[in-house]
Parts: sequence; structure tokens; C-alpha cells
Amino acid sequence: MVSKKFSMRAAAAGVAVLALGLSACSSGGDDDNTADPGSSSSEGSGGGDTISVGFSQVGSESGWRAANTKSIQESLTKENGFDLKFSDAQQKQENQIQAIRSYIAQGVKYIAFSPVVETGWDAVLQEAKAANIPVILTDRAVDTQDKTLYKTFIGSDFVEEGKRIGEWVNENVATEPINVVELQGTTGSAPAIDRKQGFEDATKSNTNVKIIASQTGDFTRDGGKKVMEGFLQANPDIDLVYAHNDDMALGAIEAIEAAGKVPGKDIKIVSIDGVKDGMQALADGKINYIVECNPLLGPDLADIIKTLDSGGTVEPRIVTHDDAFDQAAAKEALPTRQY
Amino acid sequence: MTGLAQLTRHRLFWPIVALVVLLLASTLKSHTFLEITVRDGHLYGAPIDIVRRSSITLLVALGMTLVIATRGIDLSVGAVMAIAGAVTLTQIASSPDPGAISTVALAMLTGLAVCLAIGVFNGFLVAVLGIQPIIATLVIMTAGRGIAMLITGGQITTVTSAPYKTLASGYWLGLPVAALIAGFFFAAVAFVTRRTALGVLIESVGINPTASRLAGVRARTIIWTVYVLCALFACIAGFLQSSNIMAADSNNAGLFIELDAILAVVIGGTSLAGGKFSLTGTLVGVLVLTTLTLSITVLGIPVNAVSLFKALVVIVVCLLQSPVVQHKLRARRRQAAPVPVEVPA
Amino acid sequence: MTVPTPSPIVQMSGISIAFPGVKALDGVDFRLFPGEVHALMGENGAGKSTLIKALTGVYGIDSGRIVVGGVEQVFSGPAAAQAAGVSTVYQEVNLTDNLSVAENVMLGHEVRRFGLVDWRATRKAARTYLEALNLDIDPRSSLSSHSLAVQQLVAISRAMVVDAQVLILDEPTSSLDSDEVARLFDVIRTLRERGVAILFVSHFLDQVYAISDRITVLRNGALVGEYRPAELPRVELVGKMIGRALEVLTELEGSTERVVVDRSGTPLLQAIGVGRRGSIEPFDLDVYPGEIVGLAGLLGSGRTELARLLYGADHADTGETIVGGVSTKLRNPRAGLSRSIAFSSESRKTEGIIGDLTVRENIVLGLQAERGWLRRVPKKKADEVVSHYIEALGVRPANPDAIAGNLSGGNQQKVLLARWLATAPKLLILDEPTRGIDVGAKAEIQKLVADLAAQGMSVVFISAELDEVLRLSHRIAVLRDRRKVAELVNSDDVTTDVVVDLIASGGTSA
Repeated sequence: MVSKKFSMRAAAAGVAVLALGLSACSSGGDDDNTADPGSSSSEGSGGGDTISVGFSQVGSESGWRAANTKSIQESLTKENGFDLKFSDAQQKQENQIQAIRSYIAQGVKYIAFSPVVETGWDAVLQEAKAANIPVILTDRAVDTQDKTLYKTFIGSDFVEEGKRIGEWVNENVATEPINVVELQGTTGSAPAIDRKQGFEDATKSNTNVKIIASQTGDFTRDGGKKVMEGFLQANPDIDLVYAHNDDMALGAIEAIEAAGKVPGKDIKIVSIDGVKDGMQALADGKINYIVECNPLLGPDLADIIKTLDSGGTVEPRIVTHDDAFDQAAAKEALPTRQY
Repeated sequence: MTGLAQLTRHRLFWPIVALVVLLLASTLKSHTFLEITVRDGHLYGAPIDIVRRSSITLLVALGMTLVIATRGIDLSVGAVMAIAGAVTLTQIASSPDPGAISTVALAMLTGLAVCLAIGVFNGFLVAVLGIQPIIATLVIMTAGRGIAMLITGGQITTVTSAPYKTLASGYWLGLPVAALIAGFFFAAVAFVTRRTALGVLIESVGINPTASRLAGVRARTIIWTVYVLCALFACIAGFLQSSNIMAADSNNAGLFIELDAILAVVIGGTSLAGGKFSLTGTLVGVLVLTTLTLSITVLGIPVNAVSLFKALVVIVVCLLQSPVVQHKLRARRRQAAPVPVEVPA
Repeated sequence: MTVPTPSPIVQMSGISIAFPGVKALDGVDFRLFPGEVHALMGENGAGKSTLIKALTGVYGIDSGRIVVGGVEQVFSGPAAAQAAGVSTVYQEVNLTDNLSVAENVMLGHEVRRFGLVDWRATRKAARTYLEALNLDIDPRSSLSSHSLAVQQLVAISRAMVVDAQVLILDEPTSSLDSDEVARLFDVIRTLRERGVAILFVSHFLDQVYAISDRITVLRNGALVGEYRPAELPRVELVGKMIGRALEVLTELEGSTERVVVDRSGTPLLQAIGVGRRGSIEPFDLDVYPGEIVGLAGLLGSGRTELARLLYGADHADTGETIVGGVSTKLRNPRAGLSRSIAFSSESRKTEGIIGDLTVRENIVLGLQAERGWLRRVPKKKADEVVSHYIEALGVRPANPDAIAGNLSGGNQQKVLLARWLATAPKLLILDEPTRGIDVGAKAEIQKLVADLAAQGMSVVFISAELDEVLRLSHRIAVLRDRRKVAELVNSDDVTTDVVVDLIASGGTSA
């Protein structure tokens, strides 16, 4: 089920990552490091110098972000050959710029960060470039004309996530006419725009899918519940809720239950993220389908840095591997889930 | 004619008109909007949703009304809500028996104690150290969410606890428990401020602190008290909010609620300059805001226009309430007086 | 000393300014010579500030001419006046607290090199200006770290930087102690020797006589005259300020029969060496039951400050207060209230009436404050109290639900009296209860005070009008320059000129 829905693009991304690991091995032989088979390079660099990496995180605004941070900290360890300098920008761009400047001053070998906002990075990235420090973007992109300012952007493809939800709906629910309501993310944010876009792209040719209402729930549980209550008042016959993240889906569940309906049965729910509470609700049958937005960027980031460090090249855009789960898959995956 | 003129001059006239217009528009769009049915043994329908939804903002606005009446402002209420949820749910989640009433009661008492301490802290900064309220409460506003995040370890703490869930989602005598809680505190504050001298002393301190002090009023104690009360009500609002989603979401719990609360107080006719306050006005203000939020969804306002729509409604209400505009309107009406029966739109 | 050069640096002639309903200045002439200290005297509302503001361009003038340095000028504002060499140092120092001393002194005149501020040179320049005034402070220190007196001197240094020919000092000494005043005067003398013309406004007679070369007196917006201090005895100066020739003052002598107050028992209130630094010097005062003690003195003499200490509105830092034979600390107004002392402030609007509350709420407020918030004054009792006082004092409109802020001054005063009387005080302190109210209301209040005392209440009565104090008081304490200088038992021999004499001489001749 999961692999069947695995889209071409995601597959290509997965291959790219795999190729990275390979290129890391192949070029590793040129350096003093012995070739290290596989992506985990713990023993390979154990004897040599560690690679200093400065990472500036957005903040700690959500469970997703916490898992993301944990993954990076656990991947870029001393044992794996890294010297990670980590800083939390508390959602402020100036903090991030300051952190990056201090990394440049400290002379780290690589800088990685998740930009808080899309614009305003040219100056500081120029400084990094002048100092010959490669920059890697994780999770979020920056908006700049000069694509040489960073080596690569690694993260999920939000349009793709929406599209995969749409495809699942086409095949599993929209075999007869359905009324869909959409809980959008924060107005104007990239994930909200892209996930809406992807879903619409996938379902526009399906005449059975009718989006009857769409409103922002700000990515929060409270917002999801509040908006869903309104939807339920205004529309007596909702068949499916498409939530841009799990938290809003969880809020919607509360609203649906309060209205005396059964979430997952009377009204089906699909969402994106795959955080623990969402997966639990999926396993409990209250959500019907979740496309994961993988926060575990650490291993991929480690691989990319190893590749670059050994003189290899990487694609300017690397899409992370996102799984997708239905209820059966969730039950299976839940015990071993890391986040 | 004069009766109508007097009616429009009442400070709650326009907010109530706005409320009615929003309800009517929603009913036109969705014909069953005002319908209340019995579902699963309790009342169900949009009006019930509005009342239940209002309870959180009402609690916060209740405390805010008292604070504003003393010429103050409390920006920390949203952060206090987050802390209340974080403390209480973390304790419930870590207990062996999250479903026990005793566990929930103890956790809520802990939450109340923490919020009480914050209220005492805010009051101390304002009443004793004389720090500007907007600055004093900014401390907790900015630091508070960080504290809540520390408590929850940066995660959204989710719990399953039937007694706790009852707070926001339960019904008693067919009515939402949340609304009953908010209603109880509303009545309690109304009773205490109007049956004891607290109300008039708060107003007196708000209108003229120096004169009140010279008159022997314990201005400091009164100011301190209102900040403590405000934090306590924010705490209870935090319980309702976290119970509503059965999770402590430190980042988003009560986010920007201070602005909603201040807006509700102002729409209700209490001046930010302090002094005379109206609890009924605050109640109307809260209902207007909640109905506005719900009607946005019901009316299907496009996402990109939501902020604009909200702003327009609020601006129109505030404009119609403004003394200058009222004066102009009255002057116009007087000019048009010879024309009989002039029905205002 | 310095001989004034024949031509004045400032010549104002026939200056008139009218505000809606008020003639603030009416054809006033004023001149100021280089190298002189010229004191501008007058009671509150005489037009002193208006004249200064006319000179510095804050107010436009309706008629008249202003000539500065031989050129007729109409300044658009203080900045323009400063550019022409007329600088003002206000009572409230108008400097920037959070900047350094050097920055304050040199603000806008920093030493620049290549378009950038040369801070080292700027500080050096600042030091030079400060040293010229014998002010040895670090230019880098923050202004707020210095006392008000030093700040004032810094403000004067700043005036020197802009090369002021005319320096206006508006009540510069009102918040300084005597050492600080001496220091300021040294600076003023230095400036005078350098030929700066100094316009000096102060309420303190001693200071005026100590420093001035010439005195101009204003009253009710009109010029009374220009005098040499040596030719104008203090008594006459006070008479000219108050606006009555001494003979007239004498004629207005109170004619009410005098009641002899029994002073054999324990005083109701006894103040022994009570004082507060920077506010009033330690004083002794006894008030017996049924006695009216009047406080006489010019504005700023410390009348209000004394009264505030008796109530606890400010707390004393020296001395002992004994109320009803028991030593007490009056830390705050509640302390006074709980010992049956009531204080009605001179600032009716800012410290008395709660404008947006009703007459009823205002009257009950004192009583309510005494009881605490929990025990509301029962409606029945409140009704009784309110209607009793509205009737007894003749509050108009006689509507308990009227908004107090809308009442006339006299009626607001009655509401305040009602508030205090409702608390059944043993000692009632009234600070200027008759100021700014019409003649009828004034007489009613005076009669009320006399009646209350006759019923055994003690009263401390403050008024700027001497004849009012004389008419009502059993005893009179005379204050000057923040000191109680004399105390006398009222009798037919005590006339306004006796009191004026005491005020003028500082009690030494009495």
C-alpha cells in the first residue's frame, strides 16, 4: 500500500539520496579516510578530524520541530565524525543571521539552517560564500536570485504531499460524489499554499470531488476545532475533511464527535505530518490516511555533508523520503515510531 | 422618535446591532443556523457553539475588564493560559491514573497555584514597583510561553482523561459545562463588584488614582488584586482551552487572546483610559467576536479576506460607537428631522 | 556693582495677550539690562509665566513690541528665541535624562570633524563650559545620576554653549535645598559679571532680595511697577503682590467675635519636630479640640507640605506625631483617616473629585475607604448621609446621581467637604477650600468651618487670602520659605499687616 502510493518524484528523491551515499563512498577513498560502506560513517571518521558544522534551527514551535532537532543532534555526533554547533533562533531571523555570522567567525566547515522566513538572506549567505563555507538549507527554502549561495535544499515537497493525499482520496473515497472541506494552514505560509495546490491538482479531474468549504485553522488544534464546528453548522453533509496538518485534524475530530458523528466513518479525515498523536488517531480509526512529512532530516544532512567534504557534488534540491500510512500501516508502525 | 434616538445613543446599541446582523446573515446562508436540537442528550446547534466558544474569551475578558478599569492592561493572559494548560496536563499525563477525578483536581490546583503566583508577580510589578502595566505584563507575555515549553519539553502534551475532557466538552443539564463555568464566574464577578464596594473602588482608582489614595482608598491593594484575579481567570480559561483539544499546545494556546479580550472590553464600552466599566458590555463584546469568527466559516469568507472582514466589522462597530461619529449622526438626524419616520438602515 | 549699560537688551512694551475669557497680560512693560539679575514677582496667575512665554515665542502677542538686542523680534518659538540669545531654564529641567552630561550640554553643538562627531573634543568642550560654572563633574556620567540641582546647573551650562545673552530662570530654586541654592547663586553671580542678563522667577522672598538688582511686580496680568530692592521693603513687596495697600488690608480685619479655645487639656494633635527633606523643615504644631489653626504664608512657603504631613499624604522623615495622646506613624492617607483626620487637597480636580463618579459615590468614598471594599456602606445609610450633606451644604444640583465632574467648582468643593465630614473626623485639614469659587459659596464654607469648630471639631485652615485666615482662625502659624517662622494667637491686635510683616521678616521681628 505504502510503496504503491510512492510517487515517482519521491522515488527519484530517494534514489538521489542513495546516490549521495554512494558518491560519498567512492570519493572517500581519495582522502585519508578509508572508504566507508553505507551512509553511517561512524567508524570511518572516528580516527580522523571531526567536521565542524554550524546548525541554526528555527525554534521549537511544534512536536514536528522537536523531532527534527532531535534527529539532527543525534545524527551529527562526535561518534559519526561531526562537531555540531547548534543554536535555536526562537523564530527570529535576526537571531539566525547572528548565529550564522558567528559560525562564519568561528570558521566552521559547513553551515546548515532552516530559514525562519524566505527572504533577506542574501547578505549573510554572501558572507558565508566569501568565507568559502558551503551552506545547506533544511526543511524550508530561501528566496534568492543567486542559486550559488547555497549548495542544496533538503526537505519535503509540500505540493507532492497534497498530491498524494488527493490521489488516495481519488482511489479510495471519491468513487462516488463527495463533499470535501479543507482545513488550511496559516494563511500565506508555503506548506499551506503548496498542500492546497497539490490536492487541487490531483483532484481537479475527478468530478466526484467537490470542495465545498476551505478555511484556515492556523495549523493548530484549537483552530482546527473552531473552523470544523463552523463547517458542521453550515454544511450538513460533509463526507471528508482534508487537514493540512495532523493538529488541525485532531481538532476536527473533537468537533465531529461533539456534533454526534463518528470521525473516520461518518466523516472521513485525511491529513499530513504523521506526528505521534496523529498516528495514534489513525491507528484508532479516527483518521483515514496520513502522508508523512518527515522531520528526520539528520541522516540525510549527515550524508550530504560527508559527500561535500570528500569533494563530491549534490543536487541543488533533495526531496526527503516521506512515507504514507493508512490505518493498518499505522497500527503496524506505531510501536516503533520515533516521533 | 426620541425613544429610538435614546436607544441608538446607548453604548451597547451598535455592538448588539452587529451581533444581530451577523446572526441574521449566517441564518440566511445556512437556514438551520439558529436551530437548537437535542443530540446525544444535550443541546446542539450554532448558538450553543457560540456560547461554549465564548466561555474562554469571556473569562479572559472578565479579568481584563477589571484591569483596564484601573487604567492598566494585562498582556500576559495568553501566556498564562499556556502555562495553566502545560502545568496541569503535564501532571495529569505523568500520573498513573489520568482518568481519576482526584488526579485531575490536584493537577488543576497546581495549575491554579502557578497562575496565582504569576498574578501576584504582575501585580507586584505594577502596584508596588510602579512599572507601566504594558511593560510589566510584557515580561510574562514573552517569557511565559518559554516557561510553558520548558514544562512540556517542547512537545504538545496530549492526555486522555474523561473528567478533564468534561470541562470543555461535557454537558450538564443539557448545557455545555464550559459555558456554565464561565457563566458562574461572570455572575460571581458581577455580584462581588456590584454588591460590595469593590466595583466603585476599582473605578475610583482608575479615574483618579491620586485622589483615591488621598481619600484613603487602598489603591495599591486594589490594583494588585485585579492582576491576581486576571491571572486566575486566564488560568481557568487555560483549563477550558486545553480541555477543548485535550492537549497542552504551549505555542498556540491563547495566542493573541489578549487582543481579543481587550477588543471585547473596548467594544463593551469600557474605556482604555480606565474608570467606569461594564461587565455586560464585555459579555456583548465577547459574543460579537465569537459570532464573528463562527460566521466567517459559515458565510464561507475566502481565507485571504478573513482578516479584512474581521477588521471591517470591528472598525465599523468602533466607528459607530465613537462619540464624534455619534455626534455627527445626531446632527444629521436633527437636520433631517422635518421628514417624518426616517428609518435608519 | 555692575552698572547697567544705558540700553536694555530686552525691551518689552505694551504687551497684551488674551486667552478666551481671560486677559492674561494687559499692556505690560518690562525691560532687562545686560549684567543684571531682574526678579519677576507676583502671585499665581499674575502673568509671570505668560510674560516669559511671550518673550520666548511660546505665545504670540496680541499687541505690543518686543525688542531684543536693539532689533524688534517676534520669535516663532523657543528655538528661535534661543538662536537670538534668549535661553530658558525651566523649573522642571528640560534635559534628556538618559544622555550623558556632555551630550546634554553640547546637544546640537557637538564638535565635528569631517562631518562626524568628535566625542573626545566634545567632552573636552563640555568640561570647559562646566568648569566655567565651577561645576566639577565627569562629562561622561549620565545626567540622571546627578541631583536636581546639578542638573539645573547643567541646563545653565547648556545655555552658555548657545551663547545666551539673556538667561531666564523660571523658579530654579523650588526643589533645591539651601546649600544647592547657594551654589546656584554663585553661578548666577558669575554669569552676571560676564554681562549676561538674568530674569529670575521665584516665590522665595529671601532669595529675591539676596540676588536681585531689580524687581518687577505683576498682578492680575498688569504691571504694578519696577523697583530697586533697596527701595522696596518686603512688607510693601508683599502688599503689592497681594494687591492691597496695607491700610486696606487692615480695614478688612475680621469682626467676628472671638471664642477663646480651652488649651488646658491634651491637644488633639501634636507635631514635634515633624519634617520632610526637600519639602518642609521640621516644625512643632499643636491643635486642640474645637480650635481652628490657620496657616499663613505665600505660595510655596510650605503650607500644603505641612498639611500633607499632618494627614499622612506624605510621610515625615523626622519628628513625632501624637494623636489623642498616642504617638503614631502616619505613613499613608489611610493612617490619617483611621485616626479621624481628614484632608481636603488644594487641587480639587487632580487630588479631590473623582470626576466620572456620581456625587453620591464621591461623598460616600471616604466612608467606604474607611470600611474597606468588602463591607459596602449600606444603601440606607449611604442615602441618609448623601441627602443630609447635599441639603446641609446646599450642593447644587441637589441630585445625588449627577456626575461630580460636571458640577461647578464651589459645588465640587462642597461634595469634597461632605466626603470628609461623612467620616466624622476629629481634625479636618482644609487646603485652600475657597479658592476659585464664587463669593457666596466662599462665605458659606467659611461659616461652615466656624460652626464645625464650635461643635468641637479641630480644623487646620489654609488659604492664600490672609483676611480669610484671620477671620476664621483662633491661632495662626506663619510659614515662609518652607519653614514655620512664627505662631500667634489671634486677637483684635493681630492684623493682616502684622502677618504680612511676619512673612516679610521671616519672624525675626515678631
